[in-house]
Amino acid sequence: MPSKKDILDLYFMDSRYKLIDIAAFLDRMDRHEGEPDFRHHGFQKALEAMLQPGNKPRAQAVLEALSDHSEKPIPKATIQGAFGACRD
Amino acid sequence: MKYIEPHAHMVSRTTDDYQAMAMAGCEIICEPAFWAGFDRSSPQGFYDYYRQLTEYEPARAQKFGIKHYCWLCINPKEAEDAGFAREVMAIIPEFMDCPTVLGIGEIGLNKNTVSELAIFEEHVAIAQKYDTPILIHTPHLEDKLKGTKLIIDALKNAQIDPSRIIIDHVEEHTAGLVLDEGFWAGMTLYPESKCTPGRAIDILENFGMENIWMNSACDWGISDPLAVAKCAVEMKKRQHSTEIVQKIIYDNPVKFLSQSKNFTA
Repeated sequence: MPSKKDILDLYFMDSRYKLIDIAAFLDRMDRHEGEPDFRHHGFQKALEAMLQPGNKPRAQAVLEALSDHSEKPIPKATIQGAFGACRD
Repeated sequence: MKYIEPHAHMVSRTTDDYQAMAMAGCEIICEPAFWAGFDRSSPQGFYDYYRQLTEYEPARAQKFGIKHYCWLCINPKEAEDAGFAREVMAIIPEFMDCPTVLGIGEIGLNKNTVSELAIFEEHVAIAQKYDTPILIHTPHLEDKLKGTKLIIDALKNAQIDPSRIIIDHVEEHTAGLVLDEGFWAGMTLYPESKCTPGRAIDILENFGMENIWMNSACDWGISDPLAVAKCAVEMKKRQHSTEIVQKIIYDNPVKFLSQSKNFTA
Protein backbone atom coordinates (compact mmCIF):
# COMPACT_ATOMS: atom_id res chain seq x y z
CA MET A 1 0.00 0.00 0.00
CA PRO A 2 1.19 3.55 -0.61
CA SER A 3 2.70 5.56 2.24
CA LYS A 4 1.40 8.95 3.41
CA LYS A 5 4.12 10.56 1.29
CA ASP A 6 2.98 8.56 -1.73
CA ILE A 7 -0.57 9.83 -1.16
CA LEU A 8 0.73 13.39 -0.88
CA ASP A 9 2.66 12.92 -4.12
CA LEU A 10 -0.48 11.69 -5.83
CA TYR A 11 -3.14 14.00 -4.42
CA PHE A 12 -1.68 17.05 -2.63
CA MET A 13 -1.65 19.43 -5.60
CA ASP A 14 -5.12 18.37 -6.73
CA SER A 15 -6.54 18.75 -3.21
CA ARG A 16 -4.76 22.09 -2.72
CA TYR A 17 -6.36 23.35 -5.93
CA LYS A 18 -9.82 22.20 -4.80
CA LEU A 19 -9.37 23.68 -1.31
CA ILE A 20 -8.48 27.11 -2.70
CA ASP A 21 -11.47 26.87 -5.03
CA ILE A 22 -13.75 26.28 -2.03
CA ALA A 23 -12.22 29.27 -0.22
CA ALA A 24 -12.73 31.43 -3.31
CA PHE A 25 -16.33 30.23 -3.61
CA LEU A 26 -17.02 31.28 0.00
CA ASP A 27 -15.36 34.66 -0.61
CA ARG A 28 -17.49 35.07 -3.74
CA MET A 29 -20.64 34.34 -1.74
CA ASP A 30 -19.61 36.98 0.82
CA ARG A 31 -18.86 39.57 -1.84
CA HIS A 32 -22.08 39.35 -3.80
CA GLU A 33 -25.43 40.80 -2.84
CA GLY A 34 -28.72 39.11 -1.97
CA GLU A 35 -29.71 36.34 0.39
CA PRO A 36 -28.32 32.81 0.07
CA ASP A 37 -30.70 29.87 -0.03
CA PHE A 38 -30.62 26.53 1.80
CA ARG A 39 -27.65 25.32 -0.26
CA HIS A 40 -25.35 27.81 1.43
CA HIS A 41 -26.41 26.64 4.86
CA GLY A 42 -25.98 23.04 3.74
CA PHE A 43 -22.48 23.82 2.54
CA GLN A 44 -21.60 25.39 5.88
CA LYS A 45 -22.95 22.35 7.71
CA ALA A 46 -20.90 20.09 5.46
CA LEU A 47 -17.73 22.09 6.14
CA GLU A 48 -18.33 21.71 9.87
CA ALA A 49 -18.91 17.99 9.39
CA MET A 50 -15.61 17.70 7.55
CA LEU A 51 -13.72 19.45 10.36
CA GLN A 52 -15.54 17.63 13.15
CA PRO A 53 -16.68 14.27 11.73
CA GLY A 54 -16.90 12.53 15.10
CA ASN A 55 -16.25 8.83 14.67
CA LYS A 56 -17.13 8.80 10.96
CA PRO A 57 -14.83 9.15 7.97
CA ARG A 58 -14.89 12.75 6.73
CA ALA A 59 -16.34 12.00 3.29
CA GLN A 60 -19.22 10.07 4.87
CA ALA A 61 -19.84 12.87 7.39
CA VAL A 62 -19.94 15.48 4.60
CA LEU A 63 -22.33 13.40 2.48
CA GLU A 64 -24.61 12.81 5.46
CA ALA A 65 -24.61 16.53 6.30
CA LEU A 66 -25.88 17.18 2.77
CA SER A 67 -28.51 14.40 2.89
CA ASP A 68 -32.25 14.27 3.54
CA HIS A 69 -32.69 12.32 6.78
CA SER A 70 -36.47 11.92 6.63
CA GLU A 71 -37.70 8.33 6.49
CA LYS A 72 -41.08 8.20 4.75
CA PRO A 73 -41.69 8.40 0.99
CA ILE A 74 -43.05 11.80 -0.04
CA PRO A 75 -46.57 11.92 -1.55
CA LYS A 76 -45.53 13.35 -4.91
CA ALA A 77 -42.47 14.67 -6.72
CA THR A 78 -42.49 18.40 -7.45
CA ILE A 79 -39.23 18.33 -9.43
CA GLN A 80 -37.23 15.60 -11.16
CA GLY A 81 -33.74 16.83 -10.22
CA ALA A 82 -31.81 17.34 -7.00
CA PHE A 83 -30.04 20.34 -5.48
CA GLY A 84 -27.12 18.75 -3.65
CA ALA A 85 -28.22 19.94 -0.23
CA CYS A 86 -31.33 19.31 1.79
CA ARG A 87 -33.87 22.08 2.53
CA ASP A 88 -33.94 22.91 6.22
CA MET B 1 -6.07 -4.58 -19.96
CA LYS B 2 -9.48 -6.09 -20.72
CA TYR B 3 -12.44 -4.71 -18.85
CA ILE B 4 -16.23 -4.69 -18.68
CA GLU B 5 -18.26 -1.48 -18.67
CA PRO B 6 -21.22 -2.70 -16.61
CA HIS B 7 -23.31 0.48 -16.82
CA ALA B 8 -23.25 2.71 -19.89
CA HIS B 9 -26.02 4.44 -21.82
CA MET B 10 -24.63 3.94 -25.29
CA VAL B 11 -27.81 5.11 -27.04
CA SER B 12 -26.61 8.57 -26.00
CA ARG B 13 -23.02 8.11 -27.19
CA THR B 14 -21.36 8.35 -30.55
CA THR B 15 -19.84 5.48 -32.48
CA ASP B 16 -16.46 7.10 -31.80
CA ASP B 17 -17.01 6.18 -28.15
CA TYR B 18 -17.42 2.51 -29.03
CA GLN B 19 -14.16 2.72 -30.93
CA ALA B 20 -12.34 4.42 -28.05
CA MET B 21 -13.70 1.92 -25.52
CA ALA B 22 -12.65 -1.02 -27.69
CA MET B 23 -9.15 0.46 -28.00
CA ALA B 24 -9.02 0.88 -24.20
CA GLY B 25 -9.74 -2.84 -23.71
CA CYS B 26 -13.51 -2.89 -23.23
CA GLU B 27 -14.90 -6.29 -24.17
CA ILE B 28 -18.46 -6.11 -22.83
CA ILE B 29 -20.91 -3.23 -22.29
CA CYS B 30 -24.11 -3.53 -20.25
CA GLU B 31 -26.76 -0.88 -20.82
CA PRO B 32 -29.59 -0.33 -18.35
CA ALA B 33 -32.79 1.29 -19.57
CA PHE B 34 -32.92 4.89 -18.36
CA TRP B 35 -34.37 8.38 -18.70
CA ALA B 36 -33.80 9.97 -22.10
CA GLY B 37 -33.35 13.45 -20.61
CA PHE B 38 -37.01 14.14 -21.28
CA ASP B 39 -40.23 12.28 -20.48
CA ARG B 40 -41.44 10.06 -23.30
CA SER B 41 -45.02 10.77 -24.38
CA SER B 42 -46.25 7.23 -24.98
CA PRO B 43 -45.58 3.57 -24.20
CA GLN B 44 -44.79 3.19 -27.91
CA GLY B 45 -41.76 5.40 -27.31
CA PHE B 46 -40.48 2.81 -24.85
CA TYR B 47 -41.24 -0.01 -27.28
CA ASP B 48 -38.94 1.66 -29.81
CA TYR B 49 -36.33 2.25 -27.09
CA TYR B 50 -36.37 -1.44 -26.09
CA ARG B 51 -35.89 -2.38 -29.75
CA GLN B 52 -32.92 0.00 -29.87
CA LEU B 53 -31.45 -1.65 -26.76
CA THR B 54 -32.00 -5.23 -27.93
CA GLU B 55 -31.36 -4.91 -31.67
CA TYR B 56 -29.51 -1.80 -32.77
CA GLU B 57 -26.96 -1.29 -29.99
CA PRO B 58 -25.71 -4.90 -29.95
CA ALA B 59 -25.10 -4.62 -33.69
CA ARG B 60 -23.34 -1.26 -33.32
CA ALA B 61 -21.11 -2.62 -30.54
CA GLN B 62 -20.31 -5.78 -32.46
CA LYS B 63 -18.63 -3.71 -35.19
CA PHE B 64 -15.90 -3.05 -32.61
CA GLY B 65 -15.79 -6.56 -31.20
CA ILE B 66 -17.71 -5.53 -28.09
CA LYS B 67 -20.57 -7.64 -26.69
CA HIS B 68 -23.57 -5.53 -25.74
CA TYR B 69 -26.15 -6.56 -23.13
CA CYS B 70 -29.06 -4.60 -21.68
CA TRP B 71 -31.44 -4.33 -18.73
CA LEU B 72 -35.09 -3.35 -19.19
CA CYS B 73 -37.51 -1.22 -17.15
CA ILE B 74 -39.16 2.15 -16.95
CA ASN B 75 -36.79 4.36 -15.00
CA PRO B 76 -37.90 5.99 -11.74
CA LYS B 77 -37.93 9.52 -13.18
CA GLU B 78 -40.85 8.47 -15.39
CA ALA B 79 -42.52 6.35 -12.70
CA GLU B 80 -44.32 9.23 -10.99
CA ASP B 81 -47.35 8.60 -13.22
CA ALA B 82 -48.05 5.05 -12.06
CA GLY B 83 -50.71 4.41 -14.72
CA PHE B 84 -48.32 5.34 -17.51
CA ALA B 85 -45.54 3.30 -15.90
CA ARG B 86 -47.76 0.21 -15.76
CA GLU B 87 -48.61 0.57 -19.46
CA VAL B 88 -44.87 0.59 -20.21
CA MET B 89 -44.18 -2.33 -17.87
CA ALA B 90 -46.78 -4.37 -19.75
CA ILE B 91 -44.47 -4.21 -22.81
CA ILE B 92 -41.43 -5.60 -21.01
CA PRO B 93 -42.37 -9.33 -21.12
CA GLU B 94 -42.31 -9.20 -24.93
CA PHE B 95 -38.58 -8.46 -24.72
CA MET B 96 -37.55 -10.71 -21.84
CA ASP B 97 -36.62 -13.60 -24.14
CA CYS B 98 -34.27 -11.49 -26.27
CA PRO B 99 -30.81 -13.09 -26.13
CA THR B 100 -29.01 -10.01 -24.78
CA VAL B 101 -31.43 -9.07 -21.97
CA LEU B 102 -29.79 -9.54 -18.56
CA GLY B 103 -32.71 -8.69 -16.30
CA ILE B 104 -34.64 -5.75 -14.85
CA GLY B 105 -32.90 -2.38 -14.44
CA GLU B 106 -32.10 0.31 -13.71
CA ILE B 107 -35.10 0.48 -11.47
CA GLY B 108 -35.07 2.35 -8.20
CA LEU B 109 -36.07 5.70 -6.81
CA ASN B 110 -35.52 9.30 -7.86
CA LYS B 111 -37.35 11.65 -5.48
CA ASN B 112 -38.39 8.90 -3.05
CA THR B 113 -42.12 9.18 -3.72
CA VAL B 114 -44.97 6.83 -2.95
CA SER B 115 -45.57 6.18 -6.66
CA GLU B 116 -41.88 5.54 -7.43
CA LEU B 117 -41.75 3.03 -4.61
CA ALA B 118 -44.88 1.20 -5.83
CA ILE B 119 -43.50 0.92 -9.38
CA PHE B 120 -40.14 -0.21 -7.98
CA GLU B 121 -41.84 -3.04 -6.10
CA GLU B 122 -43.78 -4.07 -9.22
CA HIS B 123 -40.54 -4.21 -11.20
CA VAL B 124 -39.03 -6.44 -8.52
CA ALA B 125 -42.02 -8.75 -8.94
CA ILE B 126 -41.34 -8.96 -12.70
CA ALA B 127 -37.72 -9.91 -12.00
CA GLN B 128 -38.87 -12.57 -9.57
CA LYS B 129 -41.36 -13.93 -12.10
CA TYR B 130 -38.67 -14.21 -14.81
CA ASP B 131 -35.97 -15.23 -12.32
CA THR B 132 -33.51 -12.53 -13.39
CA PRO B 133 -30.99 -10.38 -11.55
CA ILE B 134 -31.82 -6.73 -10.85
CA LEU B 135 -29.81 -3.55 -11.33
CA ILE B 136 -30.90 -0.70 -9.07
CA HIS B 137 -30.40 3.04 -9.43
CA THR B 138 -30.14 5.03 -6.21
CA PRO B 139 -31.25 8.66 -6.14
CA HIS B 140 -29.03 11.64 -6.72
CA LEU B 141 -27.31 13.84 -4.17
CA GLU B 142 -29.38 14.74 -1.09
CA ASP B 143 -31.95 12.04 -1.90
CA LYS B 144 -29.47 9.11 -2.08
CA LEU B 145 -29.22 8.16 1.60
CA LYS B 146 -32.98 8.08 2.17
CA GLY B 147 -33.63 6.36 -1.16
CA THR B 148 -31.05 3.67 -0.50
CA LYS B 149 -32.64 2.88 2.86
CA LEU B 150 -36.15 2.72 1.32
CA ILE B 151 -34.89 0.44 -1.46
CA ILE B 152 -33.19 -1.94 0.97
CA ASP B 153 -36.34 -2.09 3.12
CA ALA B 154 -38.50 -2.85 0.08
CA LEU B 155 -36.14 -5.61 -1.07
CA LYS B 156 -36.16 -7.17 2.38
CA ASN B 157 -39.96 -7.14 2.32
CA ALA B 158 -39.88 -8.89 -1.06
CA GLN B 159 -37.67 -11.61 0.44
CA ILE B 160 -35.42 -11.59 -2.59
CA ASP B 161 -31.91 -13.04 -2.69
CA PRO B 162 -29.59 -10.02 -2.23
CA SER B 163 -26.72 -11.70 -4.05
CA ARG B 164 -28.68 -11.35 -7.30
CA ILE B 165 -29.13 -7.59 -6.90
CA ILE B 166 -26.66 -4.80 -7.56
CA ILE B 167 -27.42 -1.45 -5.97
CA ASP B 168 -25.65 1.17 -8.03
CA HIS B 169 -24.23 4.66 -7.55
CA VAL B 170 -23.09 3.98 -3.99
CA GLU B 171 -20.91 6.55 -2.25
CA GLU B 172 -19.16 6.66 1.10
CA HIS B 173 -22.42 7.05 3.06
CA THR B 174 -24.29 4.20 1.34
CA ALA B 175 -21.67 1.58 0.39
CA GLY B 176 -21.69 0.00 3.84
CA LEU B 177 -25.51 -0.10 4.02
CA VAL B 178 -25.61 -2.01 0.73
CA LEU B 179 -22.73 -4.43 1.23
CA ASP B 180 -23.60 -5.25 4.85
CA GLU B 181 -27.02 -6.53 3.70
CA GLY B 182 -25.45 -8.89 1.15
CA PHE B 183 -26.22 -6.89 -1.98
CA TRP B 184 -23.68 -6.09 -4.67
CA ALA B 185 -22.59 -2.46 -4.90
CA GLY B 186 -21.83 -0.39 -7.99
CA MET B 187 -19.69 2.74 -7.89
CA THR B 188 -20.21 5.30 -10.62
CA LEU B 189 -17.35 7.42 -11.89
CA TYR B 190 -19.25 10.53 -12.91
CA PRO B 191 -18.24 14.19 -12.76
CA GLU B 192 -19.65 16.41 -10.00
CA SER B 193 -22.52 14.24 -8.81
CA LYS B 194 -20.93 10.86 -8.07
CA CYS B 195 -17.47 9.35 -7.42
CA THR B 196 -14.07 10.49 -8.58
CA PRO B 197 -11.55 7.73 -9.29
CA GLY B 198 -9.71 8.60 -6.07
CA ARG B 199 -12.86 8.25 -3.98
CA ALA B 200 -13.90 5.03 -5.68
CA ILE B 201 -10.55 3.50 -4.82
CA ASP B 202 -10.94 4.75 -1.23
CA ILE B 203 -14.27 2.89 -1.07
CA LEU B 204 -12.60 -0.28 -2.35
CA GLU B 205 -9.85 0.06 0.25
CA ASN B 206 -12.34 0.70 3.06
CA PHE B 207 -15.05 -1.81 2.14
CA GLY B 208 -13.09 -4.54 0.36
CA MET B 209 -12.87 -5.94 -3.13
CA GLU B 210 -15.80 -8.37 -2.98
CA ASN B 211 -19.25 -7.89 -4.51
CA ILE B 212 -18.42 -4.50 -6.00
CA TRP B 213 -17.80 -3.05 -9.43
CA MET B 214 -17.23 0.34 -11.01
CA ASN B 215 -18.86 1.92 -14.03
CA SER B 216 -18.97 5.18 -15.95
CA ALA B 217 -22.76 5.45 -16.41
CA CYS B 218 -21.82 7.56 -19.44
CA ASP B 219 -24.92 9.11 -20.96
CA TRP B 220 -26.10 12.35 -22.57
CA GLY B 221 -24.60 14.44 -19.75
CA ILE B 222 -20.98 15.44 -19.30
CA SER B 223 -19.53 12.01 -18.60
CA ASP B 224 -16.61 9.84 -19.65
CA PRO B 225 -17.05 6.49 -21.42
CA LEU B 226 -13.41 5.69 -20.59
CA ALA B 227 -13.83 6.34 -16.86
CA VAL B 228 -13.39 2.68 -15.87
CA ALA B 229 -10.18 2.33 -17.85
CA LYS B 230 -8.85 5.57 -16.36
CA CYS B 231 -9.72 4.43 -12.84
CA ALA B 232 -7.84 1.19 -13.49
CA VAL B 233 -4.76 3.30 -14.23
CA GLU B 234 -5.36 5.22 -11.00
CA MET B 235 -5.58 1.93 -9.09
CA LYS B 236 -2.14 1.05 -10.39
CA LYS B 237 -0.84 4.45 -9.23
CA ARG B 238 -2.24 3.54 -5.81
CA GLN B 239 -0.11 0.37 -5.97
CA HIS B 240 -2.93 -2.11 -6.42
CA SER B 241 -1.77 -5.27 -8.16
CA THR B 242 -2.73 -6.16 -11.69
CA GLU B 243 -4.73 -9.06 -10.27
CA ILE B 244 -6.80 -6.80 -8.01
CA VAL B 245 -7.43 -4.31 -10.81
CA GLN B 246 -8.52 -7.15 -13.07
CA LYS B 247 -10.81 -8.46 -10.33
CA ILE B 248 -12.60 -5.14 -10.00
CA ILE B 249 -12.95 -4.25 -13.67
CA TYR B 250 -13.50 -7.72 -15.14
CA ASP B 251 -13.80 -10.68 -12.78
CA ASN B 252 -16.33 -9.15 -10.39
CA PRO B 253 -18.67 -8.03 -13.20
CA VAL B 254 -18.42 -11.51 -14.75
CA LYS B 255 -19.29 -13.09 -11.39
CA PHE B 256 -22.41 -10.96 -10.90
CA LEU B 257 -23.59 -10.92 -14.51
CA SER B 258 -23.18 -14.70 -14.86
CA GLN B 259 -26.28 -14.96 -12.69
CA SER B 260 -28.21 -13.98 -15.81
CA LYS B 261 -28.92 -16.95 -18.09
CA ASN B 262 -28.12 -14.86 -21.17
CA PHE B 263 -24.68 -13.65 -20.10
CA THR B 264 -21.47 -15.17 -21.38
CA ALA B 265 -18.06 -13.51 -20.98
